Amino acid sequence: MSAAEEIVTEAAAVEAVPKRAMTLGYGTSLVVLAALILIPLFVKNFIIFQMTMLLIYALAVMALNILTGGSGQFSLGQSAFYAVGAYTSAILMEHAGMNYALTLPIAGIVCFGFGFLFGQPALRLSGVYLALATFALATAMPQLLKLGYFEHWTGGVQGLVVTKPDAPFGLPLSQDMWLYYFTLAVSIAIYVASVNLLRSRSGRAFMAIRDNEIAASAMGVDVALYKTLAFGVSAGITGVAGGLGAIAVQFVAPDGYTIQLAISLFLGMVVGGVGWLPGSIVGSAFIIFVPNIAEGISKGLSGAVFGVLLFLVIFLVPHGARQVAIVAQQLAAKLKKN
Amino acid sequence: MELFANQVLAGIATGAIYACMALAVVMIYQAIDHLNFAQGEMAMFSTFVSWQLMQWGVPYWGAFVLTVAFSFAAGIVIERLLFKPLAKAPILTNVAGFIALYAIINSVAGLIWDFTIKQYPTPFGSSPFLGSQLISTHQAGMIGITLLMLLLLFFFFRFTRVGLAMRAAASLPESARLVGINTSWMIALGWGMASAIGSIAGMMIAPVVFLEPNMMLGVLIYGFAAAVLGGLSSPFGAVMGGFLVGIFENLVGTYIPGVGNELKLPIALALIIVVLVVKPAGLFGRAIVKRV
Repeated sequence: MSAAEEIVTEAAAVEAVPKRAMTLGYGTSLVVLAALILIPLFVKNFIIFQMTMLLIYALAVMALNILTGGSGQFSLGQSAFYAVGAYTSAILMEHAGMNYALTLPIAGIVCFGFGFLFGQPALRLSGVYLALATFALATAMPQLLKLGYFEHWTGGVQGLVVTKPDAPFGLPLSQDMWLYYFTLAVSIAIYVASVNLLRSRSGRAFMAIRDNEIAASAMGVDVALYKTLAFGVSAGITGVAGGLGAIAVQFVAPDGYTIQLAISLFLGMVVGGVGWLPGSIVGSAFIIFVPNIAEGISKGLSGAVFGVLLFLVIFLVPHGARQVAIVAQQLAAKLKKN
Repeated sequence: MELFANQVLAGIATGAIYACMALAVVMIYQAIDHLNFAQGEMAMFSTFVSWQLMQWGVPYWGAFVLTVAFSFAAGIVIERLLFKPLAKAPILTNVAGFIALYAIINSVAGLIWDFTIKQYPTPFGSSPFLGSQLISTHQAGMIGITLLMLLLLFFFFRFTRVGLAMRAAASLPESARLVGINTSWMIALGWGMASAIGSIAGMMIAPVVFLEPNMMLGVLIYGFAAAVLGGLSSPFGAVMGGFLVGIFENLVGTYIPGVGNELKLPIALALIIVVLVVKPAGLFGRAIVKRV
């Protein structure tokens, strides 16, 4: 090896996003929140269902964002955690008769444990190697769920049907609307918790690892612990999203959780802006609505239209929705000055 | 013991497919430092082009040469049009670009040639090779072509000015620019070469897996795995990795009970991960030493 090669300093795979730039201001947050609360009152049930899915995928995208944007680790295996969460909820509801709301924290804890354990061997891998390892997890998961040994619990290839909950206390809400507000409440709670997590000591540790692992360990950050912890937290949130997804779709089956889901979540993160948590909802909207739009433009070429739209987005805003937000902020500041 | 030997031989035969693809993967990794997710689709498209040429009456080797030339040009055009503007964008955005390219090529090929399975001819015939039922002459020919490509690549990188320039541009872009290498065009050249190698891989693989727009999906995954196993910095490692993955896959299917076709892939991947945990740079890869 030549001497020159030893001083190669690679650019970090993930940009260093300062933690203050990770969230929205109060005013904007309130506007978004008001929109999310009010819109369902005026639209049809199907659109309410789509908005529920929007929130659920936003949670899953945000979970990936914490892992990649926060701690700098890459994962193509999020669909596996999503599947575990979905199955945990479905099995507890259908076999143990548990209340749907109670199954979610359990799904979260199970996935946290799963992610934390998976993070252990992943410690030795980074970059493409980590991508391959997580990819393996994602391809293995549907096959594992189909296995005969678990068929009694998982329903095998057929999957499980989940009953949709009614609104409690005799509230005059349709099932869809109740589920939407329930999901919204869970999402907001998790969003606030995640923002606080990233602002805390642990969040700073994640970011220090993302920006420079060796420097972080020199500062006394337990790199191995925080890296696996990031995997655990990300998996936990994805698991809750999976549980909510199972309740909303009323059905779990192995083929619903293939690598395609993981790739979608990844695209959602890129479109929303890596390391910018509010972008998750923009990314989620992209992965839910753009394939439909593409199909609407051309049935036979829907894949090509989707690809072209994706190219357009990344050409115009390579940093995703975060870039749009930054430009908007600068414009607003200019207007204020004048 | 005979079963074992036969399975290893069969593994080498399937491994040749992965080795072909892994070579293309390593080629692009050398040039741009990423794994290109659209690589398999590019190879699939090239294979369809050669099939179309043959339908129009071009003889096999004529179509072969034309397709390789077309793929080389197409690889360069794709880089210039789509990925040069993204050169300054974050890596993850580039990866999203690969996924977009994947979707576009797959969908366009499906529209032009539809999703029915097509027979693809082989120049080597498909009779048993040297009296062995496990390896056909086509598979032996495929192994030969893979090794030939490997040899040519070795000479290209070792003994030509362009090869040297490409290596320089990949390992130290800034210094390479200082000595007058056009690093931007070296990347385009890398895309072209990867695309051309991919097209050869596609034309070799198509007689085995049959021609259809999704033919490369599984192959690409194994190709990636093989490249990573062998070490992404080494074309030789990639080819060896390809054969090893093929052998792994076959032995797992034979000796572990209850493993159907569906669990073969996860188990093969799990084995590779075990190898990577022990040897993070791959079996034949060079560990990169970084000063901090």
